[in-house]
Amino acid sequence: MEPAVLTGTHYMTGDEACAEGALAAGCLFFGGYPITPATEVAERMAERLPGVGGVFIQMEDEIAAMASIAGASCAGVKSMTSTSGPGFSLMMENLGLAIVTETPCVVVNVQRAGPSTGLPTQGAQGDMYQARWGSHGHYEIIALAPASAQDIFYQTIRAFNLSEKYRTPVLVMTDEVIGHMSERVVIPRAEEITVFNRPRAKGRKDRFKPFEPGPLGVPPMAIAGEGYNIHVTGLTHDERGYPVMSVDCQREMMARLIGKIQNNLDDIIEVEGYLLDDAEIVLISYGVSARTSRAAADEAREMGCKVGFLRLATVWPFPEKHIRELAQRVKGFITVEINFGQIHREVERAVQGKAPCFLAGHCGGTVISPDAVLDIIRREF
Amino acid sequence: MDTPRGWKKKEIVITGFGGQGIVLAGKIVGRAAALGDGVESTLIQSYGPESRGGACSAQVILATATIHYPYVRKPDVLAAMSQAGFDKYIGGVREDALVLIDQDLVKPRDMEREIFAVPSTRLAEEMGKKMMANIIMAGFITAVTQLVSRKSMEDTVAGSVPRGTEKSNLAAFGKGYEYGAALLKARDKKAQGIARATA
Repeated sequence: MEPAVLTGTHYMTGDEACAEGALAAGCLFFGGYPITPATEVAERMAERLPGVGGVFIQMEDEIAAMASIAGASCAGVKSMTSTSGPGFSLMMENLGLAIVTETPCVVVNVQRAGPSTGLPTQGAQGDMYQARWGSHGHYEIIALAPASAQDIFYQTIRAFNLSEKYRTPVLVMTDEVIGHMSERVVIPRAEEITVFNRPRAKGRKDRFKPFEPGPLGVPPMAIAGEGYNIHVTGLTHDERGYPVMSVDCQREMMARLIGKIQNNLDDIIEVEGYLLDDAEIVLISYGVSARTSRAAADEAREMGCKVGFLRLATVWPFPEKHIRELAQRVKGFITVEINFGQIHREVERAVQGKAPCFLAGHCGGTVISPDAVLDIIRREF
Repeated sequence: MDTPRGWKKKEIVITGFGGQGIVLAGKIVGRAAALGDGVESTLIQSYGPESRGGACSAQVILATATIHYPYVRKPDVLAAMSQAGFDKYIGGVREDALVLIDQDLVKPRDMEREIFAVPSTRLAEEMGKKMMANIIMAGFITAVTQLVSRKSMEDTVAGSVPRGTEKSNLAAFGKGYEYGAALLKARDKKAQGIARATA
């Protein structure tokens, strides 16, 4: 056996660091279909999984890839897939199945410019709303946005931990630039990495109810084949997992699915503030655009402007509270993202008119330069 | 804070076409700097959907502090292994940038600035492996720019190439390095000669 945790200092791409984060979190199954710029995640997993006792399967397409990781998770192993826009679209239906069946798994989207096949080798952040609402029906989802190779290692571990803790798919919304950029990555020793495993079924096997909520509103999970009575369906179901076509059952199921995320926001949401204490203008960003924003904040300070920066490491559920608090005391916000205003809209919604909100957006294909952000600061403030 | 090297940040662009090993050359420079010399470094690779023949570039930033924005804004070093790559970037380099070319693949037209030229592809062919041109260029970059130590570069070359090819790649690296060192020496001599003549 080879070590799952590659302790040491490396120079690797974000895609490779993502795969190493997954392995460090205990991932033992990868089902996927290659697509630029996410292929290197799959390549690394194909190379590494057999050595740590795991399984890699190249599926026939992304619909099957998503189904395979849900299935592997039901069979008791931590599972993941990686893709980019076109594949992410195909995964949406089965993502919903994993949400309603409360099946932990991790989906990595290394975003490239769309719509459709778009610019395969060039980055964007255009799938942020698809991450939130891409599958049908109303639901809660967790989506994280790493900003460096080191961060994607850490955020991928966090994705697995949240996924296991709340029994829900977690999305790692990265982008081509972070995925393909090489940087120094320090991987700690295995015992220094916190790994969370799903709550497991206990007690009498014939009395077990697979969707009876435990602590945090999350039901303990039985592994298929362990002997517990289980029934798993995409239909609205009761605590036994059996379909019940009633408004009452739908109401109860939805309240719990939404509640287990909404009632634990402080645990799920991670943000990082930079120069916020005396900031008059706040940049809000995530993923690769966070790096543009940090550079812009530094350069604006050199110009004498009090600019701070809030990085959303968790994008969904949206860190509304943090932004609402800032809105009480700052002159305005600029959201920096490689689309035409997806998270900008969320910022506007959270700010509720208390301060002006501007967008430093981009069509995709490259990153936003710090100069574009500085131009908005000069023009609007 | 300045390092003993005397710089805080250096931006390097290596450009050519897909298949020449441009990204690998960039990765070796970035890795040698980050893991061998202990400075911060980022490498951005950009290429088209083609696996060979299309335009390709590696952007490496070296810095003594955390690198936020990872794209090159005004290169301190341009190493060009294709005419198209040279033409694309030469207009945007710093005035005092070091410009390096494969002399058989790039023709700098009507240019006042000093250019460091190496026949990297030809030398690689003479060594029997055209695909090592990128490693020769990496050696040349190391000697001419002196941004990354020779030892870190050699360690990284040995660790980055396919097993069994370490020796030939190190020889290729040495060839590029010596070519660059000889060029600098000749340049210094010439400068001294001019200084004496005008004294």
